[in-house]
Amino acid sequence: MAQLEVDNIRTAYGLSKVLFGVSLTVEPGEVVALVGRNGVGKTTTMRSIMGMAPPQEGSIRWIDRDITGIPVHHVAKLGIGYVPEDRRIFPELTVWENLDIGRRPPMDGGDGWSEEQVFELFPDLKDIQERKGGVLSGGQQQMLTIARSLMGNPKLLLLDEPSEGLAPIVVESLRDRIQMLKTGGLSIVLAEQNLDFVLFLSDRVHILEKGEVVYTGTPAELRDNPDVQTKYLTV
Amino acid sequence: MQTGYKTTFWISCAIVLLLLLVPTLGSKYLIDLTTEILIYALFALSLNVLIGYSGNISFGHAAYFAIGGYSCAILLTTYELPLIISMPAAIILSGLAAAFVGYFCVKLTDIYFAMLTLAFGMLVWAVAFKWRAVTGGDDGFVGVNVPAFIDNRYGFFYFTLFVVTVSAALLWLICHSAFGRTLVAVRENRVRAGFVGVNTTRLRHTAFVVAGTFAGIAGSLFAMYNRGVYVESAFWTESGQVLIMALLGGLYSFFGPALGAAVLYTLQVGINQYTEYWPVVLGIILLIILMFLPDGIIGLAQKLRSQFSRKA
Repeated sequence: MAQLEVDNIRTAYGLSKVLFGVSLTVEPGEVVALVGRNGVGKTTTMRSIMGMAPPQEGSIRWIDRDITGIPVHHVAKLGIGYVPEDRRIFPELTVWENLDIGRRPPMDGGDGWSEEQVFELFPDLKDIQERKGGVLSGGQQQMLTIARSLMGNPKLLLLDEPSEGLAPIVVESLRDRIQMLKTGGLSIVLAEQNLDFVLFLSDRVHILEKGEVVYTGTPAELRDNPDVQTKYLTV
Repeated sequence: MQTGYKTTFWISCAIVLLLLLVPTLGSKYLIDLTTEILIYALFALSLNVLIGYSGNISFGHAAYFAIGGYSCAILLTTYELPLIISMPAAIILSGLAAAFVGYFCVKLTDIYFAMLTLAFGMLVWAVAFKWRAVTGGDDGFVGVNVPAFIDNRYGFFYFTLFVVTVSAALLWLICHSAFGRTLVAVRENRVRAGFVGVNTTRLRHTAFVVAGTFAGIAGSLFAMYNRGVYVESAFWTESGQVLIMALLGGLYSFFGPALGAAVLYTLQVGINQYTEYWPVVLGIILLIILMFLPDGIIGLAQKLRSQFSRKA
């Protein structure tokens, strides 16, 4: 039984339909990538899983439980963390407060993430704990958003375009941190335009096109398939 | 940040000490004016929990002020209950009313929220207006039984100062607790707060109840101070006035609304001596705030300070 099972979801914003039957599964500890050009439904798929854009049809199961259409804060408490692509932090709150607000006990008991562990993973954040979120650089904000979702002790992290707008060196460091999280057993759904980033991290890749999954394969298969890359990914 | 809190604490202590000295100045007028300002300051501070901290604009906040006032007056006078029971009961009633109304209002957001608070506010006004047997209707509820120890100018001043200081301190603690900081997060981005696991609806409801409860405290003080409650206290213009007080002082600072209340009320009293067209002046003040002082007096002070420190 997969940890997350998205089954044939159709999602629309008002009259404009975005997803036309997207299905995907995530096994525990797996990194599943969603790739594709702008506007193909990557973000909407994540928003549907999170409960922010509930699908009109289809179902979302999370650890043997139907979570389709339940309120977003419930989804968060059930162990799904979301790192959106837009401005990601609370600018008026300090770094420490940004972390504290995400703090939720782990679902299955145990200790879970502490600030110390989060700072070990993102040492840059440790020295700027008292600084307001609004003054951080883009890279620091991205780290802080991921750190904040970790404070909620998720079992699955939805990462929406984490590398977007970051300097190459920051992207590399971010990639290594995400790799560390993966090694630690966290499942991740990764929406990303940066193909190298995806190929490095993921176990399986889904390509989306016009609200549908048009290709599924391993990173190696996708790497060796220039036709698919040109057809769906080249701008 | 901790040093900032310390400064706030000492400045507040200094202000309370200065206020304690007001009766020694010998002006009865000044004592009355200060008492009134203190009551309005608490009213404006209570509204700021809802507006400044959680970002929900209410046009019906006078309802809880009025409910606190009427309940306290009725319990003290009609039922002849002692103050120690009447006032807490009045405060709890305001809180319960806010809990009931808030339950519906927080289901909506933005302008719909604001309009629903206005609608409920007018319902409270209508009840106060029509329920003559209990509230006195448009004659008002006059002749409130006030206990002997506060049945004089000085006693009431110290009582008000005590109640307002304790209430303001409680509000300060609430606004600077994890709850208050989470409210700020909800104000900044409701959706974002939702996906980090915050139940934003419940949180906004709690803020609504806190705001209503403290407005009830101000209302019950007001009823005892005036020895009466009048239906105007529940009218929407009263909600508008307290909103302007908060705006004038500055929404995004804790003490801003109290300062706004002091300035606006003093202006009102002063200008009423010269002209009956106070609403015209109020309109002009509102225009000036909106055009030139979006962050109120406190915001202006902060801007000036940062400019000076840059020059220095």
